[in-house]
Amino acid sequence: MDQKELRQLESRCIEENPPWCAAACPLHVDARSLNARLAAGDWAGGWRVLLRSMPLPGVLGRICDAPCRRRCKRAEVGGAIAIGDLERACVSHAPPPRQAVPLPAREETIAVLGAGLAGLTAAWDLARKGYRVTIHEPGPALAAELRQRHADRVPPEIVEEELAFLAALGVRAELNSPVAEAGFLERCLAQSDAAFLSLDVLGASGWPLLRDADGRSAVASPAQATQLENVFAGGLAGPHGASPVWQAAEGRWAATSMDRFLQGVSATAGRDKDGPCETGLFTSLEGVTPEPPVTAARSAGYDDEEATREASRCLQCHCLECVKVCPYLERFGAYPKKYAREIYNNQSIVMGERKANRLINSCSLCGLCEQVCPQGFAMQELCLAARREMVERGKMPPSAHEFALLDMQFSLGPDFHLARHQPGSQASARVFFPGCQLAASAPGQLRLLYDHLCASLPGGVGLMLSCCGAPASWAGQEEKQDRVLAAWREDWQRLGAPPVIMACPSCREVFKRRLPEVEQVFLWDALQEIPGVAGLQGLGPLVVHDPCATRHDPAARESVRKLLRDKGLELGELALGRETTECCGYGGLMYNANPALADEVVRRRGRQSPADYLTYCAVCRDRLAQSGKRALHALDLFFPAEGGEDPAARPGPGWSQRRENRARLKAGLLRDLWKEEAPDMEAHRQIKLIIPPEVGEVLERRRILSEDLQKVVYHAEQSGQKLAHPVTGHFLAGFRPYKAVFWVEYSAGPQGYQVHNAYSHRMEVKPGGRP
Amino acid sequence: MKQENIRPGDLAWKCCKCGLKLEPALVTVEYLGNEFTAELPRCPGCGQVMISEEVALGKMAEVEQILEDK
Ligand code: SF4
Ligand code: SF4
Ligand code: SF4
Ligand SMILES: [Zn+2]
Repeated sequence: MDQKELRQLESRCIEENPPWCAAACPLHVDARSLNARLAAGDWAGGWRVLLRSMPLPGVLGRICDAPCRRRCKRAEVGGAIAIGDLERACVSHAPPPRQAVPLPAREETIAVLGAGLAGLTAAWDLARKGYRVTIHEPGPALAAELRQRHADRVPPEIVEEELAFLAALGVRAELNSPVAEAGFLERCLAQSDAAFLSLDVLGASGWPLLRDADGRSAVASPAQATQLENVFAGGLAGPHGASPVWQAAEGRWAATSMDRFLQGVSATAGRDKDGPCETGLFTSLEGVTPEPPVTAARSAGYDDEEATREASRCLQCHCLECVKVCPYLERFGAYPKKYAREIYNNQSIVMGERKANRLINSCSLCGLCEQVCPQGFAMQELCLAARREMVERGKMPPSAHEFALLDMQFSLGPDFHLARHQPGSQASARVFFPGCQLAASAPGQLRLLYDHLCASLPGGVGLMLSCCGAPASWAGQEEKQDRVLAAWREDWQRLGAPPVIMACPSCREVFKRRLPEVEQVFLWDALQEIPGVAGLQGLGPLVVHDPCATRHDPAARESVRKLLRDKGLELGELALGRETTECCGYGGLMYNANPALADEVVRRRGRQSPADYLTYCAVCRDRLAQSGKRALHALDLFFPAEGGEDPAARPGPGWSQRRENRARLKAGLLRDLWKEEAPDMEAHRQIKLIIPPEVGEVLERRRILSEDLQKVVYHAEQSGQKLAHPVTGHFLAGFRPYKAVFWVEYSAGPQGYQVHNAYSHRMEVKPGGRP
Repeated sequence: MKQENIRPGDLAWKCCKCGLKLEPALVTVEYLGNEFTAELPRCPGCGQVMISEEVALGKMAEVEQILEDK
């Protein structure tokens, strides 16, 4: 990803676009934050929000005509937020202490003619920028016009307070100035570097203003220019009359133009955000209850309680559509636009900590974000590309995916791999490829299923046991998956390249993309002629959990539903189902890189409905079951489940068991169908371990396989390299079968080796060293 | 990976090959090309080093994580 790609990506996420209120406000007052503060009863906080963008907030906060209201998103559900009334309620509280801290003083002096809202705002902004400002007021007091016009709303002492603040900023005032006298402006310019005309006080006639197309005097916003390059103007009443916030805004834009003029930089560049603008924000109104605006009981406006209630109606407009449905995006505390930047920075680090590694590796690559995002932002593509890049540069943390890749290697190896015609056949009209995890989960059912396919389909059903290489691709190891698929393809061609019956939605998705020449038959289409299991009729309500690999595979989703409905089952749907289904936490190797998050993901999924879940991915089922959710695999309806009457309660097998299941399935098939003996077991596998359940749980959590322990014990017993404890009599031994060192505390007994504890680390102890 | 890696109980273990009790020793550990010296229990006879559960899951895991993210 280069800078340009980053910016393109960033711009797709519109979460940082302003809410409608702030976009519509000529001053871009952040009404969303204001409302959040007021809803919490935090008046000082509300004040601070106003102080960030509002000039003379004590005054303007009382008289703002709130044009933002017309665009407020709440208008679509009950009525726009009364933002003007809320501002009033806020500034009726005492302001927090504020300090006049102008920027470093500048040499240039500025004359402001007329102390209207426009002139006062221009003075306010320019003084804060460090300019020396003098206001020339025609009347006997500053802001006379303002006081008069808004006498009902703005008490005189409030005006004095804001004027005092201006004075504290260093603004000087000359009262009773003959501003309308010929030559006054010229005299001012002789002593100043620029001047501002506050037309709300001065009126439009008699000034060197520009003219519009119709020949009328006009001041174009936001440049606020006049015929003279060092004179700026603003504050004329608009088509809808005099709008206080608009007059103030013109003073602000003029201040910007004058500052740019005096600094000799472009007056127009990058000013498209000055003034009301469009926003690209998206805010969903789904589930928002319509609520009418709060009406004030007193004519003076909201009391505190009313203001708090009205502010609470604010929708706090954000997008965050993806974050709402993805616990992963939520967990890392931001949203895709921010994440894109973090991931980019991660790539650019030469020395130092790569803080986004975990972010990159925790995404399940499920694609739900892209589905719900109004802009189609695909976080999964970003994460996957980043993983590939890390692998390429040798910067992928070795522990991030190793466990999963070793599991894949197991499926590709001699313990599981198989590719044969149906026993007794020389050809295969079809071949059955169940994938790796169904065999890991339910070898007994898989065996019955294969028998059924052989018996019911003519022409021979070959069998291929292997893996589609999805884990390698998820780990960013594209080439490894290429090799897996090439080997698979060779097997398949040896069997005559027949149509392939697929049981695993993830394999199906991989093959569609990577081996499009393979004709796929989804298992659930091949199974139409099969009776259901007796005894499962009395099932409670079931809802379908679609595996995330079927997000773009409506045919697969509907095929399962149709078969089950034809069998008379009633199926419910989850709110996030079908193309918006959620991942179980296995996808993208989330379970490997961030196990705690993956567990939270599947628990949250399980809570979406009290009904039992029905799915057609073995991993989804096992993970749901492991999280305590009752879950069925669709096969449970057709073949008796292993281990008991209640298939929905069957716990998912642990990691060691998942390997053993695959190995046993293959050995059983060879023995029963092909009448072959399985090859001799490797010596370490003959080590008999006794693993108490509580130790088993520890192993599971630490991702330690019993075969790892067999290797350690075998090595310790063969070499004698072990430690003994004089009190407990336990042995302790460590061994490094691959990139991790495993330690086992065990004791020897007549039945086998009793395991007391086990742990692992990856650091290696170098031989040698001094005592 | 400096001190505090050895708890008194760790030194109760005996090397089965040599029949000797473990003793604190400075050893070199390595991960992803980075080497450290650490004091760990070791057999004074054959040099077999013990990594306790506390060290493996505590200090070592922490350092491994840091190095993996470098
Ligand atoms: S609902 Fe709140 S955040 Fe949204 S536009 Fe209205 S005031 Fe602004
Ligand atoms: S791909 Fe899935 S897990 Fe990853 S960010 Fe999108 S929704 Fe979340
Ligand atoms: S859905 Fe997410 S990625 Fe898309 S615009 Fe909204 S916050 Fe950004
Ligand atoms: Zn020894």
